[in-house]
Amino acid sequence: MDNVAEVLRKPILPALAILILVLLAASPSYAPGYIVVLLTDIFMYSIMAVSWAMFSGPTGYISLATAAFFGVGVYALALLGFILPLPAVILIGGLVSCCLALLVGALTLRLKGIYFAIFTFGLIELIMNLLLWWEVNRSGTVGRLAVPVDYNTVYYVMLGILTTLLLTAYLIRRSRFGLALRSIGDCEEAAAHIGINVTALKTTIFAISAFFLGASGAIMATRWTYIDPRIAFNPQYSFMPVLMAMFGGMEQLYGPILGAAVFTYLEELLITKFPYYYMLLFGIILVVVLLFLPNGLVGLIQKWRKGGSIRQRANT
Amino acid sequence: MIAMVLDVVIGGLLMGGIYALIAVGLSLQYGVARVLNISHGEFIMLGAFVTWSLYTLFGITPLASIVVCGAVVFVIGFVLHRTLYSRIRALSESLAIFEGNSLLASFGLLFIIQNMAILMWGGEIRGYSYLAFPVDFWGATFAANRLVTLLFAVLIGTAFYMFLARTRLGKAIRAAAQDLVAAGLMGVNIDHVLALCFGFGAAMAGMAGSLISMSYMISPVMGMEYTVIAIIVVVLGGLGSIPGSFIGGLLLGLVGSLVSYVQPGLSLAAYYVLFMLLLLVRPTGIMRR
Repeated sequence: MDNVAEVLRKPILPALAILILVLLAASPSYAPGYIVVLLTDIFMYSIMAVSWAMFSGPTGYISLATAAFFGVGVYALALLGFILPLPAVILIGGLVSCCLALLVGALTLRLKGIYFAIFTFGLIELIMNLLLWWEVNRSGTVGRLAVPVDYNTVYYVMLGILTTLLLTAYLIRRSRFGLALRSIGDCEEAAAHIGINVTALKTTIFAISAFFLGASGAIMATRWTYIDPRIAFNPQYSFMPVLMAMFGGMEQLYGPILGAAVFTYLEELLITKFPYYYMLLFGIILVVVLLFLPNGLVGLIQKWRKGGSIRQRANT
Repeated sequence: MIAMVLDVVIGGLLMGGIYALIAVGLSLQYGVARVLNISHGEFIMLGAFVTWSLYTLFGITPLASIVVCGAVVFVIGFVLHRTLYSRIRALSESLAIFEGNSLLASFGLLFIIQNMAILMWGGEIRGYSYLAFPVDFWGATFAANRLVTLLFAVLIGTAFYMFLARTRLGKAIRAAAQDLVAAGLMGVNIDHVLALCFGFGAAMAGMAGSLISMSYMISPVMGMEYTVIAIIVVVLGGLGSIPGSFIGGLLLGLVGSLVSYVQPGLSLAAYYVLFMLLLLVRPTGIMRR
């Protein structure tokens, strides 16, 4: 009920969100195909960045497993795409990622921060190497063909996943669950002492975020005609979301989306003509953000509006 | 039979020597300076390419390049810590936040160094032939350059260990590794010592790169593989333990040599399995109680 009351008091933001959603949902009917494809890319990176921020933002654990969960979805499509209907494959991609995250989380989320980061990064390479070995030595293939799906379907599925993810992230942030997660990030020992089951909570949110990554991987794979383990488990997909979320800022839900939009557009502009300059720029921006923009673009916006926001808080 | 065993064991030790040197470098950077330097492998790549350039363009012997690479990369590492990481350290509220942010910063460095190298040297795989005559050990044959590599790795490792154990500066580094705050209170200039450690770590990577270029093919994207191995070895040997890293490196070389003998193509996967098991069972490493 709190949520409803809040929405009624400040109707502008939800109304704006619905307006944007309607505009986006209708865009294949008025926008050129190029824009639809670009938007799909932005959705993909937004899903990655928001999922990453949903887990790593409040808890402070840096996960580099994004590419692993996304890759599981991609590979689910490569293996099952011609056997099962598309919605089933997307669901399976999400669920397998989710199970993998539950397993990995239960095993490793007891590890302290930095070990967890290394472990999750190792996970991508481990799965990739095992799959490569299995494909070459056992199934005798080096690559698989993806089932083709038209661009508008991919677009709508991506939009659907992103919307569900945003709703989930929003509700979690406002719930006791979200509060407990933030207390873990602030001080894990204290959180455990006031009766929060820290490992179970971390594992749950890790698994929820992995579901969305796996599902988006499965649908995104249909746009690539050829899939092999190296393409599916590209470590780049673990770093991009981190940079996007940090560049955008994690204080607000729209921060990672802002970051995703900026970087997807930059990638679109630069990667075909100047791939190495793009990656160079990527590295430089990452370092600059760490040094000078600790709260990202959102932090910058909030700093700029600071006077107003403090007075607002005093009223309530 | 004996030739086969020797092949696996000596081959493993030859690879392990390189691993050990790389891991000691990372151990200094993470164990003391608390920076989990994911761009470690990029310094290896820099060392390899500088050596390759000096040899192919000017005919300078790679053995001399080891010294040049060590010095140049040391300065780069020292300056990086003084400008980048010490600032991040000042900005971070806690050690955990610093570790996270410095990890991300080193990812940034990875992209910067790697792509600058591609723009400078091109993306091709390169190599040269130096001391490539065969040496025979009771039936197991190895190229002489690989033996030289192991010799230098052991020499550099021992020299550094003596430096840590016998000199005043070495004592300051060991004190900083144990407890930063206490060491600072005892009059150790922490910022200076940490930057030195980071520089030494980078220098080891640079020298290892020189050695690697003598017997293996090199490319601008070779770094990541070595970084991952270094991380595994550092965890294997216990964070911050220099002898642990050295022994861990030799051990991992043996494991890799054995696995690739039984099932080629799975050695990297075997490293990861070993690494993940270690993290779960004994995250403090083999040398730490």
